[in-house]
Amino acid sequence: MSPSKHLVVVGGGMVAQRLVEALRDRDTAGTWRITVLAEEPRRPYDRVALTSYFSGRDAEDLALGDPGLWHDPLVTLVRDERVASVDRAARTVTTARGRVEAYDHLVLATGSSAWVPPIEGADLPGVFVYRTVDDVAALRGYVEELSQHRTVRGAVIGGGLLGLEAAGALQALGAQATVLQVGTHLMSTQIDLGGGEALRRLINQLGVGVRLNAATARIRPHRRGGVGRLDLADGGRLDADVVVIAAGVRPRDELARDGGLEIGPRGGVVVDDSCLTSDADISAVGEVACIQGACIGLVAPGYAMAEVTVDRLLGGRAEFPGADTATKLKLAGVDVASFGDAFGTTPGALEIVWADPVAGVYKKLVMSDDARTLLGGVLVGDASAYASLRPMLGRELPGDPAAFLLPEGTGGPPDLELPDDAGVCSCNNVSAGAVRGAVTEHRCTDLGAVKACTKAGTSCGSCLPLVKKLVTTELQKQGIAVSTALCEHFALSRAQLYDAVRVSGVRSFTEVVQRFGTRPDARGCDICKPAIGSILATTAPAHVLDGERAALQDTNDHVMANLQKDGSYSVVPRIPGGEVTPEGLIAIGAVAQDFGLYTKITGGQRIDMFGARIDQLPLIWQRLVDAGFESGHAYGKSLRTVKSCVGSTWCRFGVQDSVALAVLLELRYRGLRSPHKIKLGVSGCARECAEARGKDVGVIATDKGWNVYVGGNGGFTPRHAQLLAEDLDTETLIRTIDRFLLYYVRTADRLQRTAPWIGDVEGGLDGVRAVVMEDSLGIAADLDQQMAQHVLDYEDEWKATLEDPEKLRRFSSFVNAPEVADPSLAYVPERGQARPATADERAAALRGEPVLVAGTTLEVRS
Amino acid sequence: MTILDEPTAVWTAVCRLGDLAPERGAAALVGGEQVAIFRLVDGGVLAVQQHDPFSDAYVLSRGIVGSRAVEGVEVPTVASPMHKQVFDLRTGRCLDPAGKAPARGLPPDLRTWAARVRGDVVEIAVPA
Ligand SMILES: Cc1cc2nc3c(=O)[nH]c(=O)nc-3n(C[C@H](O)[C@H](O)[C@H](O)COP(=O)(O)OP(=O)(O)OC[C@H]3O[C@@H](n4cnc5c(N)ncnc54)[C@H](O)[C@@H]3O)c2cc1C
Repeated sequence: MSPSKHLVVVGGGMVAQRLVEALRDRDTAGTWRITVLAEEPRRPYDRVALTSYFSGRDAEDLALGDPGLWHDPLVTLVRDERVASVDRAARTVTTARGRVEAYDHLVLATGSSAWVPPIEGADLPGVFVYRTVDDVAALRGYVEELSQHRTVRGAVIGGGLLGLEAAGALQALGAQATVLQVGTHLMSTQIDLGGGEALRRLINQLGVGVRLNAATARIRPHRRGGVGRLDLADGGRLDADVVVIAAGVRPRDELARDGGLEIGPRGGVVVDDSCLTSDADISAVGEVACIQGACIGLVAPGYAMAEVTVDRLLGGRAEFPGADTATKLKLAGVDVASFGDAFGTTPGALEIVWADPVAGVYKKLVMSDDARTLLGGVLVGDASAYASLRPMLGRELPGDPAAFLLPEGTGGPPDLELPDDAGVCSCNNVSAGAVRGAVTEHRCTDLGAVKACTKAGTSCGSCLPLVKKLVTTELQKQGIAVSTALCEHFALSRAQLYDAVRVSGVRSFTEVVQRFGTRPDARGCDICKPAIGSILATTAPAHVLDGERAALQDTNDHVMANLQKDGSYSVVPRIPGGEVTPEGLIAIGAVAQDFGLYTKITGGQRIDMFGARIDQLPLIWQRLVDAGFESGHAYGKSLRTVKSCVGSTWCRFGVQDSVALAVLLELRYRGLRSPHKIKLGVSGCARECAEARGKDVGVIATDKGWNVYVGGNGGFTPRHAQLLAEDLDTETLIRTIDRFLLYYVRTADRLQRTAPWIGDVEGGLDGVRAVVMEDSLGIAADLDQQMAQHVLDYEDEWKATLEDPEKLRRFSSFVNAPEVADPSLAYVPERGQARPATADERAAALRGEPVLVAGTTLEVRS
Repeated sequence: MTILDEPTAVWTAVCRLGDLAPERGAAALVGGEQVAIFRLVDGGVLAVQQHDPFSDAYVLSRGIVGSRAVEGVEVPTVASPMHKQVFDLRTGRCLDPAGKAPARGLPPDLRTWAARVRGDVVEIAVPA
């Protein structure tokens, strides 16, 4: 039986190949005869693997599928034959060479072409695009030619998937490569800023340069001809002998446009879910098709469209299932994958981030608002979980999603829980298994016992929440009830105690322990006393050293400075928003100089001075207070800093005055005692130079107002803050932050930062938003009033101490010999400053060896 | 100075009770050694070494004073301000090493001094 119908396919790319293959597979009756008209002079090839052309393979190695397909009598492939027009009425196509083919059905599979931005010099010899075998062959020839004379400097315009691949290819050819990315981070379509940052480091490690925010203004020729240099929009320059443009693609929809078919708003031939265009006799598949509103630059969705079309041609009713846009970068030594809702745009989506900057690893999972269903993810540096996670998209992940992000080496997909060999405490190298073992084998029944048994959490303590969780789970498995009691003195949790204290109006520790404690005559401990001190600080504000309050404070809060390893303290004056006058800097410098203090700039945009003896603290404060400074509360579980970028007053890009807002916020919340330290950040534009999304509250300027993000932090488990509200005016912004902070202060667990707290609030971020923005608990007025009171009651703790001789008496070295300085303190010079002497150095000095060890007056200037 | 019952020690006046805040410590130099003196809520005074054997720093007077139930008895305690080890203020015994070992192989328990309040004066027994 001879075929009754003729299918004409325009374009001989990857999707066309799949379509022909599938049709020949399924059309067993031989209804369709197929003609493929292909512009390229070769059979369809594997464009995805194009880069491997550089590692020695030739064009034939890129062949797709069974070559026998093209010998099938029902298939005709015409190469080097570009279709120039379609006559829909006559149902014919005409090629540039004048060949005419009549069709019963037409498929447009014309793909995309590389987009070349309108830059002066983009047409110079030595400027290439990266789409076809011919493109890469020409690039290879050019580089090989030049490299006979010198090292070739290559530049790649575009830091996406393709640009990075191209940079790798340049390197494989022995050229140097620098990637220029217009935006803030690499692969910005697929991965978020955090991932982009990790990726940049990995790319740098390969020896490839990366310039961000680098827009190319023009390409300059070299004297000897060909390209020579790139001029950047910001005035920068980059010498380059060869330039690859990988700035994106444009669908090749010209035939459809000329033929009057419907075109998408950003190009592409509009098709429905059956892949039919606005003409029922014409389908479009692959990159040229605008399906469900967009063209998709990936091959897998194109293959799906080919299958749908074949099914329809054979009378079926298949529909496009929706695009899987998961991608993985194919660059040796750099593992990057992005899948699903990688940017967490689903309403209520939660992000779980694991980052190890040293190892160059950044992993993020986007989960549904109940932290159960996997919505997407970004894996940079270690994409080993990609294979097991991708199939889980849209499904509930068993157990704790964080388990999927922990380092590899567990072999295969992670099991329901944190694998036993996953590291929990990196300071002391304790695995999850060891923590579990402490409960199951060593019969530990509480966190303290587990700490003693395993050493987990005994150094920096940042893994304690994780350890606690593991212990709780393990104890529950053993049928042991786990209490949320604060400590042996209180059966209540911190949040319960806060409410109890607030509602009852008690004002002292003795009253609290008598009314709410387990034993009325107990005197508390290092856990409950500071917790109650912190609670009372917001329910019944008073100076930290007032009466019984003094006994509740950790030494840091007690002496309003930070205890260091040798028993000396460090002093940090407040520098609101990081803004400081030259006079202020000089005053700080003079204090450090006069007291021989080691100085260091902190991450919170201020200055830390180390090595102060307890008896020197009031003298140091006096000098600082006289110079107009006050306590920076660097010691407190309280507001630390509000970091800011320079903002619209100076910055060319700033859209709002971020410094002014940061100063305002820092002065408003200074001294606010909380379950853990709180940090804020304000960025003056979307470039986010203040890294506000790494803060508990991050504010980012928009041209309409401020966006506010909450729950970010650095430290052991870095988190990006999540969007709480958009485009707020300043007044609403402040009210929102007021309520957010106080709701946290009231209800968080002891030493619980905002990120895990948000996770614990009923409804997560949505729950917090409901309370803060919509007053779902009816406590907003109360919170507002409480913050107003805080602002009213604020006083500088240093100044208040200096004014009270009774309080000053706490700061003597020895109660019976206040004139004697602590003889145990000893320092050695290092890089022009003092540092505490080590035990070995002290011993050597005692033995009379020539080690320069001195008391705090060590003279290191010279 | 008064002679103690045992002729090997003398009571040495250190400060006035009013110089000590309730449930906070103070450091004193006694016989060339650093001693941490604590005033409890009931007005009693206890003294242990100022040196913290776990951190190897002279800081114990700056720890938080509290109490712990040990075998049914409410025992006064201090927690090291450095890494939170808990000590019995009466005996110097380390009640909770917080998962650490003392520095340089030192013993975990603290040395204690007898202390008393005479009138308004705090006294420490110093070995002769
Ligand atoms: C270097 C590189 C790496 C890539 N890596 C990946 C990856 O890792 N993962 C992934 O999913 N995707 C990747 N892609 C994208 C992938 O190759 C494309 O999505 C896929 O090739 C699209 O198939 P297509 O048939 O729609 O278009 P194409 O493969 O572009 O084929 C279209 C063909 O039609 C021809 N044509 C156009 N107009 C006419 C005309 N008028 N007449 C005749 N012929 C015409 C073109 O010359 C071309 O040969 C990569 C692309 C490149 C360039």
